[in-house]
Amino acid sequence: MGLPNASEDLSSEMEVDAFRRLFPLRYFERHLTESIRPDARPLRKARDTTIALGAVASADGSALAKIGSTTMLAAIKMEVMTPSLESPDEGCIAIDFHMPPICSPIVRPGRPAEAAPVLSKQLSDTITSSGMINLKELSLVSGKAAWMAYLDIYCLDADGALFDAALLSAVAAFSHLKIPVVSLDYDGKIVIMSEEQKEENSETKPVNKEKRKLTLSTIPFSLTCILHKSYILADPTAEEESIMETLVTVVLDSSGQLVSLYKPGGSVLVYTSAVQDCVALTRQRVKELQNILDDAISGMEID
Amino acid sequence: MEIDRADGRTPNQLRPLSCSRNILHRAHGSASWSQGDTKVLAAVYGPKAGTKKNENPEKACIEVIWKPKTGQIGKPEREFEMILKRTLQSICILTVNPNTTTSIIVQVVHDDGALLPCAINAACAALVDAGIPMKHLAVAICCCVAETGYVILDPTKLEEQKMKAFAYLVFPNSILSVLPEVSSPAKGEPVEHGIITSITHGAMSVDDYFLCLERGRAASAKLSDFLRRSLQSQFSGNSSKAG
Repeated sequence: MGLPNASEDLSSEMEVDAFRRLFPLRYFERHLTESIRPDARPLRKARDTTIALGAVASADGSALAKIGSTTMLAAIKMEVMTPSLESPDEGCIAIDFHMPPICSPIVRPGRPAEAAPVLSKQLSDTITSSGMINLKELSLVSGKAAWMAYLDIYCLDADGALFDAALLSAVAAFSHLKIPVVSLDYDGKIVIMSEEQKEENSETKPVNKEKRKLTLSTIPFSLTCILHKSYILADPTAEEESIMETLVTVVLDSSGQLVSLYKPGGSVLVYTSAVQDCVALTRQRVKELQNILDDAISGMEID
Repeated sequence: MEIDRADGRTPNQLRPLSCSRNILHRAHGSASWSQGDTKVLAAVYGPKAGTKKNENPEKACIEVIWKPKTGQIGKPEREFEMILKRTLQSICILTVNPNTTTSIIVQVVHDDGALLPCAINAACAALVDAGIPMKHLAVAICCCVAETGYVILDPTKLEEQKMKAFAYLVFPNSILSVLPEVSSPAKGEPVEHGIITSITHGAMSVDDYFLCLERGRAASAKLSDFLRRSLQSQFSGNSSKAG
């Protein structure tokens, strides 16, 4: 970018790959003027998205979400805990986001990724503020026992739009979650019932026979956009994120409420019109993602 | 639609602001900023030779260290650090001092709501005090949305917890310069209407967000006037604390 004239002269005789590495911004801008992106997508189109439910057999709920090559594995483990005194009839959700060194060349072994704690905070904020999960449903015996849902999200491949993929995998894992059956034993303690006990129909009665699934009232979905000059690029790859650094993440829930509009700095200022464009793009994306999630869930039920 | 605030403020009224700079002797620049009972101290060291791994031969590096009032630094503080860093990166001219690191240390003195906006304002004043080249200042404001859809500005901690949603918004201040006009990408909207940073908590309707933006912009003009006044009064030889 610093040498516009030099690159002009070189561009005619340089190989495309070399040009891409030497002048990444010019390379992208050349594409943008043609309304296309280097991976042949139109500017405002997200990458192909897939969800596979039940990817981890040992977890109570799990999902593998892929947006392009960004891959997230989310798994939920349920544990019984004593609820806090302030909210005796509410359970709890603990969300952790992990970025192991395999996910990206930026993450080095032994040095935790800077983005990981920020993303996990962002995820738990989004999930709590969307009101997707009614914490009262996680209660077992008021004041005595409630569920603690440990949601762990592992990033297997970080190729941009990490938050979108992580949120999608988290939502999918919650919709796949099947709460284990528990019963009260004679000491008033909660024990998880094994398969045989259920069939025996022994003297201990299950506490939560009917409510094995959480009702997800409104489901949040997100879309990250890059703003560059007056262009809006939906669902960026890692390469695009490293070159153009102004990111806006919009989270809308299925009823159209704005759950989060997240823009941490960046050189491009967002005006009202750009905000409206991003929200409109997210609206479309919410419908797409909702369909993909519904397909994945109905596919599970047939099996 | 009206709301009674515990401290008797009108919905658009900010708490009393105060800003004083150059309060630490060993730092290159420092400032304290308070909005009501929320008070944050910021110190700037640098630009110094970059020793960090993430130094860049083309750009200056900015690092932010957040010191909570008590206890260890956790996930929320890490998020604040990241937001502050990205926000300050976007207002500083990073190409002037490449290969250097500027550290900004933010010490929370008291948290009574709107902590992050207060910290951004403090950091901004401290950067000015240290003489770090900047494109423009950033002014940060917190807007709260209540259940019935009205918006209040600059909430206290109690109000923040009571409300269904809130947004931290950061706008650039208006530039009074002789330089040729910076081309604004949106037609008809002045530069100070562009959002540098936007963080929201809690669900609100999209219209509520736009209402927040509108109120935030109006209040940020007042804030930016205050910031400019307090910076100018201290630069003109008067080192006493600005009110």
